[in-house]
Amino acid sequence: MLLIEIKPNSCDFCGCCVGVCPEDAIELQEAHISIIEERCTNCAKCVWVCPFEVLLFNKPEKRRSGASVSPEETR
Amino acid sequence: MKPRYDVIIVGAGPAGTTCARYAAARGASVLVLEKDRDVGMPVRCGEAVSNRSLESIVPIDPRWIAATIKRFRLISPSGHIVEPDLGGYGYVLERRIFDYDLARLAVEAGAEVHTKCYVDDLLRATPASHAEGKAIPATDPAPGTTADNAQDGAWKGVSYQWKGERRTVEGRIIVAADGVESRVGKWAGIDTTTHMRDMETCAQMTISNVDLEDDACEFYFGNDTAPMGYLWVFPKGHGMANVGVGISGMASKKTAAIRYLRRFIDQRFPDAAVLTTVAGGVPCATTVGTLVQRNVVLVGDAAHQVNPLSGGGITSGMIGGKLAGEAIAMAIEKNDLSLLNNYPKQWRKEIGAKHDTYYRMKAAVYKFPDATLDDIAINVLKLREDKRTIWGVFRTALRHQPALVWEMVKTFGLK
Repeated sequence: MLLIEIKPNSCDFCGCCVGVCPEDAIELQEAHISIIEERCTNCAKCVWVCPFEVLLFNKPEKRRSGASVSPEETR
Repeated sequence: MKPRYDVIIVGAGPAGTTCARYAAARGASVLVLEKDRDVGMPVRCGEAVSNRSLESIVPIDPRWIAATIKRFRLISPSGHIVEPDLGGYGYVLERRIFDYDLARLAVEAGAEVHTKCYVDDLLRATPASHAEGKAIPATDPAPGTTADNAQDGAWKGVSYQWKGERRTVEGRIIVAADGVESRVGKWAGIDTTTHMRDMETCAQMTISNVDLEDDACEFYFGNDTAPMGYLWVFPKGHGMANVGVGISGMASKKTAAIRYLRRFIDQRFPDAAVLTTVAGGVPCATTVGTLVQRNVVLVGDAAHQVNPLSGGGITSGMIGGKLAGEAIAMAIEKNDLSLLNNYPKQWRKEIGAKHDTYYRMKAAVYKFPDATLDDIAINVLKLREDKRTIWGVFRTALRHQPALVWEMVKTFGLK
């Protein structure tokens, strides 16, 4: 279950998160980012390195209901 | 675009276009695919280079130079200013123009450059494994299992997205010049993941309306300013500056880079107008262990060809691109992929071994608490002015820091 959330309309698409992702679980285009849920292990390295605090880690008990990534940010 | 090229280069940064220029100049057919709509934009970079290293790789055009740097100021956590003589000078570049020109030079040498092409996979030469789609190969396919493999290696091209359409193009050699966010190497089975502690996570602003000396670069150190990294202020002329901060991913866990930068700019340049704000990442590690995997070649940030101490990667990435481009041209000309292995050897000889040393120095310096950095600065300032060279700083640091001495003993094998 995906616990990483990408804050909508905030990403600068710099690629720090992709560089540290051990699972190749982040898709980054010119102005589009998404997490490949089947590969993500919720290790949160992407959350920690984000220079703009765009990636968030939702602890399971605090997680909002439904999908943790807003529909605009997923494919 | 043709259906097939000798070389496909993923990414049109300085490393990719330099690789393209050298490969194309020696007769290879070269295609460069860039995911963004524009080469060289956005600029995610401090833009500073040393004159000597840039001159060694490309004839300098004055239009690239925003400022010529004669003085380098290192500012310790408590504000002691050390201005070592680095025995050379530097430039702050205008990367928008610089990157464009490097792409133009590649095109003039015969390469094709296409933007808005997002490469999303490698094409496997073996039809069976190609059906697996985007999966990262768990194990290498056996070499030479098909005639195609024996001829051209394990990958026959790339697939990419262009205006929402998925297309493919074939290439005998594929170059991953896709930057800090590189994935191409991973698809080829190379571990290019940057460790969190080595990822310098950066925030950078271009500001105007500031009063700066146009020939001095400033570097600020300290746990409150830039933990496990530094903050830079580089002049760009016309009252403009490139100001940024890079901190280790380990430090970023607590507080993100953008917060350090905003605080610094509010304090130091309260009247500045911010013209751009960008994020970035620099893989301040040693070079990726595998630079060539069959017919896939890594260059630039994708190969971690960055000076891990300074975080500078423009010229070292270009040198990586040049060495790779030369080896590729030779491999194509002689129709022998094993000639690609000259590239890692040459890289190690020219730059890679030095970067290993800088990495160990970085590891030692990272452990210094603020008091130690201040102490080194104070002791350097006691030196006669003409002794305040980079070696003077280094010797002073060594005298006061047994840990650094030990690193140097290990590095140089001094006993």
